[in-house]
Amino acid sequence: MATEADPKKLSWADQMENEDNADDLTLFPLPPRQVIGPDENGIKKVIEYKFNEAGNMVKVTSTFHVRKVGTKMRKGAIERRSWAKFGDAVDEEVGSRITMVSTEEIFLERSMVKGREVDETKAREALGRLGKRAGFLMSCRTCGKKYDHFTCRCPYKDLAPQSEPLKHERPSSEDGAAAFSETSKNSYVPPSTREGAKKIIGTDMRRRNEENSIRVTNLSLDAQESDLHELFRPFGPIARVFVAPDYRTRLNRGFAFVSFVKKEDAERAINSLNGYGYDNLILKVEWSLPRSK
Amino acid sequence: MRPILMKGHERPLTFLKYNRDGDLLFSCAKDHTPTVWFADNGERLGTYRGHNGAVWTCDVSRDSSRLITGSADQTVKLWNVQTGAQLYTFNFGSPARSVDFAVGDKLAVITTDPFMELTPAIHVKRIARDPNEQTEESVLVIKGPQGRINRAVWGPLNKTIISAGEDAVTRIWDSETGKMLRESDKESGHKKTITSLAKSADGSHFLTGSLDKSAKLWDTRTLTLIKTYVTERPVNAVAMSPLLDHVVLGGGQDASAVTTTDHRAGKFEAKFYDKILQEEIGGVKGHFGPINALAFNPDGKSFSSGGEDGYVRLHHFDPDYFNIKI
Repeated sequence: MATEADPKKLSWADQMENEDNADDLTLFPLPPRQVIGPDENGIKKVIEYKFNEAGNMVKVTSTFHVRKVGTKMRKGAIERRSWAKFGDAVDEEVGSRITMVSTEEIFLERSMVKGREVDETKAREALGRLGKRAGFLMSCRTCGKKYDHFTCRCPYKDLAPQSEPLKHERPSSEDGAAAFSETSKNSYVPPSTREGAKKIIGTDMRRRNEENSIRVTNLSLDAQESDLHELFRPFGPIARVFVAPDYRTRLNRGFAFVSFVKKEDAERAINSLNGYGYDNLILKVEWSLPRSK
Repeated sequence: MRPILMKGHERPLTFLKYNRDGDLLFSCAKDHTPTVWFADNGERLGTYRGHNGAVWTCDVSRDSSRLITGSADQTVKLWNVQTGAQLYTFNFGSPARSVDFAVGDKLAVITTDPFMELTPAIHVKRIARDPNEQTEESVLVIKGPQGRINRAVWGPLNKTIISAGEDAVTRIWDSETGKMLRESDKESGHKKTITSLAKSADGSHFLTGSLDKSAKLWDTRTLTLIKTYVTERPVNAVAMSPLLDHVVLGGGQDASAVTTTDHRAGKFEAKFYDKILQEEIGGVKGHFGPINALAFNPDGKSFSSGGEDGYVRLHHFDPDYFNIKI
């Protein structure tokens, strides 16, 4: 049965249909706002109902801790509170920003007591020692000492680097590895620490990387590894990027090392990026080792 | 805590002083206009207009009716705290660096800088109850120290005057005769200019802060060195908590360190030390420039700091401040 389209007297069902925003629920009243007054602990709860953006009814419960702070004021102080303003304070507008409450919360930052500092350095040392044994083998190729220092830090830097033996080692490495694996112990020895040429290849790669390493200084403090990777990638494949971190501030110390796979790429990177303006600082890019040509 | 920032001064702050009841805070700055604020919410009450030079120091009488200020314009002025009206002007031949009311507010000690031919001096002036009867004459003038006398205060019961200054020596003078009674020991004393001095609430000991990056605690009667607090920055301001055994040092930055340090904003801090253990408790950061003035509210529950950045920061302590344990 067709109902008369009387604009004034539409039934609520028709109204719902006609409305553009079908989810207008203002017809259904919201429950009233409830305030559960401060109890003996000073906890006050306010329960409100409202509509969120999706049009759903939402119950919002706010919990307050009400604390009355009473201060005793001297008689004179109370009197002074009602003094008239004078001097430059007379013509102060209501919205003047002479006095503002800080937006940040400031805390009394406890300083690291000396005892704690010592523990931190001890922990770092222990970690370093662990790293030497467990993860990588810190061996120096120039003087052959293990667990002591990296090649680039070798005190005997002027010893000739071994470049010849590597070419010979490579073809025999497979045989070497096979031979050794038969005589290995019962426990599994991972390839990186197995005796044989594999290790040498590893060091070969690493040493090559050291030679192809460039040092970037005057680096902007918030530069990340990815930024440097992006910056240097156009010159060629990168083997490794190391950004020196400052553990206290979580920023970097302003310098980094980038190791290319190919030396010519590193050279080109130095020539192009030295003096390049990056994030408002002029970069200094040079070989990380003293020029060993 | 949420510090209240008060930016009423256009130039660096030089001195901060609370009144005895702890409801008013007086600030002096290089902008010629000392200002008074309400100490609970930092609302500005008024300014004292009249000086023609940087205002280095101020003190307020016990009943908070009179304010005395010393300025680089070679005058010391007496003001009515409530109305801001000038009551009297003392004229000197050189900038006034420090003022202090005596117990009873009948006398004031004023120090003047060395200027041209004038040597630095400590003046004692009588303060009359009625400003109309005020005279210019000095009760006593003490000369002797070389270099600027940055601070001179009254000792217990007004019997002595304690002075400290650019020559890094702390001295105790007899307030009636002007004779020097004691001098701090050269080896144990400060090595560089003493910039600030703060007395304890009961006057039995006082603290001096110096550009040699340390602050020292001395006994008022015997001038023996009790404690030393070491920081990494030259100390510009010192304050002692009247409630807990805490000492606060505020400082600047060595000129040589300016280019090499981290320039993060808001890094200048007021360092808290345990008075007895001499150990650092922590710091309250926030100022954008070296801290030049520190003052504790007499109730010990809040303190304020004034910096080179022209801001006065008023801090009301959180409840856990009072539970700090080393």
